[in-house]
Amino acid sequence: MSLIQVKDLYKIYQMGNTEVRALDGVSVSIDQNEYVSIMGPSGSGKSTLMNLLGCLDTPTSGEFFMDGINVATMGDDELAHIRNKKIGFVFQTFNLLPKSTSLRNVELPLIYNGEIKAHERRDMAIKALTRVNLGDRVSHKPNELSGGQRQRVAVARALVNNPAIILADEPTGNLDSKTGEEIMSLFDELHKQGNTIILVTHEEHIAAHASRVVRLLDGKIAVDEATEKGKK
Amino acid sequence: MYLRTTIKTLNDAFFMALEAIRDNLLRSILTLLGIVIGVFAIIAVMTAIRTLESSINTGLNVFGSDVIFIQKSPVIQMGDHNSRRKYWRRPNITYDMALELRDRMLGAEFVSAQDGTGGKTIRFKKETTNPNVGVQGVDEFGLEALNHKLDYGRNFIPEDIEYGRRVVILGTDVIQKLFPFQDPIDQTISINGIGFDVIGTLQRKGEMFGQSQDNFVIVPITAYLQYYGNRWTSLGISIKAPDGESFDLTKEEVIDQMRIVRGLGPLDENDFEVTSNDALIDTFGSFTAGIKMFAGAVSVIALVVAGIGIMNIMLVSVSERIKEIGIRKAIGATRNNILFQFLLEAVFLSLIGGVIGVMLGIGVGNMVTLVMKNVAPVIPIDWVFIGLGVCSFIGIVFGIYPAYKAAGLDPIESLRHE
Ligand SMILES: Nc1ncnc2c1ncn2[C@@H]1O[C@H](COP(=O)(O)OP(=O)(O)OP(=O)(O)O)[C@@H](O)[C@H]1O
Ligand SMILES: [Mg+2]
Repeated sequence: MSLIQVKDLYKIYQMGNTEVRALDGVSVSIDQNEYVSIMGPSGSGKSTLMNLLGCLDTPTSGEFFMDGINVATMGDDELAHIRNKKIGFVFQTFNLLPKSTSLRNVELPLIYNGEIKAHERRDMAIKALTRVNLGDRVSHKPNELSGGQRQRVAVARALVNNPAIILADEPTGNLDSKTGEEIMSLFDELHKQGNTIILVTHEEHIAAHASRVVRLLDGKIAVDEATEKGKK
Repeated sequence: MYLRTTIKTLNDAFFMALEAIRDNLLRSILTLLGIVIGVFAIIAVMTAIRTLESSINTGLNVFGSDVIFIQKSPVIQMGDHNSRRKYWRRPNITYDMALELRDRMLGAEFVSAQDGTGGKTIRFKKETTNPNVGVQGVDEFGLEALNHKLDYGRNFIPEDIEYGRRVVILGTDVIQKLFPFQDPIDQTISINGIGFDVIGTLQRKGEMFGQSQDNFVIVPITAYLQYYGNRWTSLGISIKAPDGESFDLTKEEVIDQMRIVRGLGPLDENDFEVTSNDALIDTFGSFTAGIKMFAGAVSVIALVVAGIGIMNIMLVSVSERIKEIGIRKAIGATRNNILFQFLLEAVFLSLIGGVIGVMLGIGVGNMVTLVMKNVAPVIPIDWVFIGLGVCSFIGIVFGIYPAYKAAGLDPIESLRHE
């Protein structure tokens, strides 16, 4: 069975008299260890879809199964637990706690996990930071790091709890192309190690890292196909 | 299992709260100020009063036991100018009145007249005291009435009083000054130039409110009136009840008889004041109760204001940290995680203020002991706990709304917030 199974997903915002169909009937399934990029023009619903897949938001209607569990009908606390244990999110704007060190930022998901002892948390966080080549930056705060390094801290935070899926909404959007490539090779690495990765991008060469591309238009899936890399 | 995760949640929230307080240090300190003041006020006053009380309960035995004391105006005068003039206008209590009261009192062990004045200089040969020695005029019951204890020599005898003999009993301060190496008995001293023969010495009384109670001499009331009385002199009369049980009865009799002595009609108000050790302690008690109430009111106001300050700071904190809340929620914080975090932050803020207030309050409250010797420093443990309890309570009451607001924020909107 697929890791993610979405059927007839709608997200409709009521703005006064007009309704905005951010997602207008999306059906898609994504398997374990797939590497998917989501593309589409601005306003086509990419972030909306990512937020739903990331359990940050609930759909207006539709089905959403993750690991066979129906997520669409879950309450706030259950969604928080799914986000904590199954999902790692990487944002365009990094979204690190500015006053906390890298270590602390990466530790945070483990704190909310509630079942991991303090010294284990520390070890796991250091390990995650080492995986993104930031083993020597554990006590730096975000403003003491470069943009690429910040995003790598964010990636470490996303993978520290061994999530089922890593979701990245334009992870290279705020980086120059060289650091963007560095981050992408990090994702490639994670994919090779067995992670499932879904990322949103505007750039074809970024999307080309994935093996499958889903193109959205006006809240609908216009194209869902394998990339050159996926065809091989 | 559930308990363990709850404890862990609290523990983590505690450290996150400390982090947040550290990250917003200046603002946190300003908020603490109100709490510090509120707790400080109540702790300082309670500490000061405790130290006073402990010195009072040992030191306020001004009169002998079972002694009722009558004088023209109250010992402690409170009230405005008018009420003071009322006392002032009352006729003086004369020695004759005291004698008449003694004749009339059937149920008393003794009736004793006395008065005192200060600022006298005592001289023996070349030695002179400062001009600050008290002179008390009493009769043969005076020592017992005023709770003085004879050390050496003898008490006054009725003839000393009757003939106004110039004999004197010395307090220990005067002995130390004038007779450091010599037995004072049978020596002749002068009190403001008038010669008196020493017949006895008193035991040391110690200090009250940091003042020596031994810097005085005692002479027969008749001699006192002759040499040191003037037209403002109004005597005090001590009446000893036979025992504790008949104290109240004796007191009624004293009042009845004194009204006759003073020539009051049935509708006239008493023109004299009746008091006793118990009454003095009561008076002190009602005096401190007033201070306690005042300090309590100040504390309550300061703490409520501080509580509103905390609520305000927490609301500001929440709105400044919307993004942070979004991030925390995105990586798995539940409503309760956020709620606890902000609630504990408010409680710790207020507790830190409380601890500072307690320490300052105990410090300042005990400064009383610097002014007064022989008073032990006090830590009012009960009030420390009450103070800190109130702080936690304030933190919760005024922190709950901001915390609730933070916990209810939508993760996506919070993340979008800049
Ligand atoms: N909270 C909201 N209220 C109303 N409309 C919204 C809301 N969030 C998103 N939308 C609308 O939904 C549509 C899809 O938005 P979305 O953020 O998913 O686009 P996107 O594909 O991520 O665009 P971009 O490439 O610019 O990030 C847009 O038209 C947007 O205006
Ligand atoms: Mg977007």
